[in-house]
Amino acid sequence: MSEKDPKLEKNALREALKVLHPPEIRSGVVHIGEFTAKFCHDFVSLLAFIGEVASALWFAIRHPSKIRWKETVYFMDVCGSDAVPIVLLICFLMGLILGFQGAVQMHKFGTDIFVADLVGLSIVKELGPLMVAMICTGRAGSSFAAELATMKVSEEIDAMVTMGFVPSRFLIVPKIIALFAVMPVLTIYGDIVGILGGMFVGKVQLDIPVIAYYNRSMIAILPQYFMEGILKSLVFAILIAGIGCFRGLQASNDTQGVGRATTSAVVSGIFLVALFDTMLTVPFSHLWR
Amino acid sequence: MGDSKKVIIDVKNLSSGYGDLSVLENVSFEVYESEIFLIAGPSGCGKTTLLKNMIGLLPPFKGDIFIHGKSIVTSDWDEKRKLMRNFGVLYQTGALFGSLSLMENVALPIEEFTDYSPKEIIEIVNNKLKLVNLDGFQNFLPSELSGGMRKRAGLARAMALDPKILFFDEPSSGLDPITAANLDTLILDIRKNLGTTMVIVSHELDSIFNISDRVIILDHEAKGIISEGKPYDLREHNRDPRVAEFLDRKGMSRKLK
Repeated sequence: MSEKDPKLEKNALREALKVLHPPEIRSGVVHIGEFTAKFCHDFVSLLAFIGEVASALWFAIRHPSKIRWKETVYFMDVCGSDAVPIVLLICFLMGLILGFQGAVQMHKFGTDIFVADLVGLSIVKELGPLMVAMICTGRAGSSFAAELATMKVSEEIDAMVTMGFVPSRFLIVPKIIALFAVMPVLTIYGDIVGILGGMFVGKVQLDIPVIAYYNRSMIAILPQYFMEGILKSLVFAILIAGIGCFRGLQASNDTQGVGRATTSAVVSGIFLVALFDTMLTVPFSHLWR
Repeated sequence: MGDSKKVIIDVKNLSSGYGDLSVLENVSFEVYESEIFLIAGPSGCGKTTLLKNMIGLLPPFKGDIFIHGKSIVTSDWDEKRKLMRNFGVLYQTGALFGSLSLMENVALPIEEFTDYSPKEIIEIVNNKLKLVNLDGFQNFLPSELSGGMRKRAGLARAMALDPKILFFDEPSSGLDPITAANLDTLILDIRKNLGTTMVIVSHELDSIFNISDRVIILDHEAKGIISEGKPYDLREHNRDPRVAEFLDRKGMSRKLK
């Protein structure tokens, strides 16, 4: 074909331009269609993932000796003890902020001592587990996703499969167990320093004696409220570890894929934590009035 | 000639690809015992796809693959995993686990699938590392090794369970000519001493002529095998221009000489 066909040439040019400058404006229908298809695809693969993780966890429960304890302890260290300083700081500041905000309003009505109720209940029931969950999403969830995505890019997961291993037992179970074990502990730490933050405000701003604040807190915080927070943190642990691993395994096989997987692990982690927090708070608030 | 030799891998009417994209159509071939079998062809011809099909990572569209007479396509995952323990795979970058030392990397499959005592495992691992000339690097992390060493370590791990079959994905890509030649020698030594069957995916002409007993050449447009035979026969007696072009570096090798 020595003669150039102008129509063909025009088409070729158009194709080349498409590669250089992909068309930006798409019709709404296409957009909605693509989003729906992606959402359905995501949902199906999430279901498959949940099934796989459930079977791996069931296997781990039946054969505890087959769990990779060394890795589990390593992740407990990384996600647990390494996170203690930031958890203490954030939760103390949370208690402080709540205390200040509450003190201003409560003082108007002469109900200073009820700052202890406000801070104690908010921290123990809600903000303690939530703040710990946010910190763990940022620290653990993102690192799980990045680790698995990198392993996928460097063919380590393929190698694991062809060596006859079940990757979920090796890579996901230790992470879930580790986070499941450390998040309640972090939440307890967070609860304690959060209340201390409130106590600090009570003492400095409102002149409430420490012992009075302590006694009021003990009356206000019932054991079931405390358990509510711990239970929430256990649910959050599974969600954060699960979605981190899921996004990591879902990553595309390139370097950008690792970054995208990490971002999406944090975003979906925060979303899921907020969603399940709502779903758990409603029945609990009806249960214990 | 095939009748006298034992068939180890049997690929039958295989069609494969990704999603709607068909890469291979109706590919059939056999790999015999203790043979070094090379899958060659230009980039994008489906070499890696074919390898992924053979090691069970990617289910083909159609057709079947038998390893030691058992299908890796239709078996369920439990059987597949058992089948996978019969072969080792050396990945392009070595695919060592980054968080484990060389010792732990090679020991992992032995710990998991055998009943050897820790002392025996250490001895086996030391032997494997010696075999690939990496003795003394037991406690190194993969990130502390060069590319060639990582590949050799990957080979040691692939051989941890003394597999009868080894698969190689581009063993000499990314290596300098001397390191690549050393790896080729190592491959020949392993075959000589252990009688391992090897399937190698490569586009390196040196490897094709130096180590392989038999080659198939795949082509992107034909979506399958365009030529099969001994490497020298293919170069001397072939009439297909595509094969000649590939084996001759598009005529460049002659000009260089």
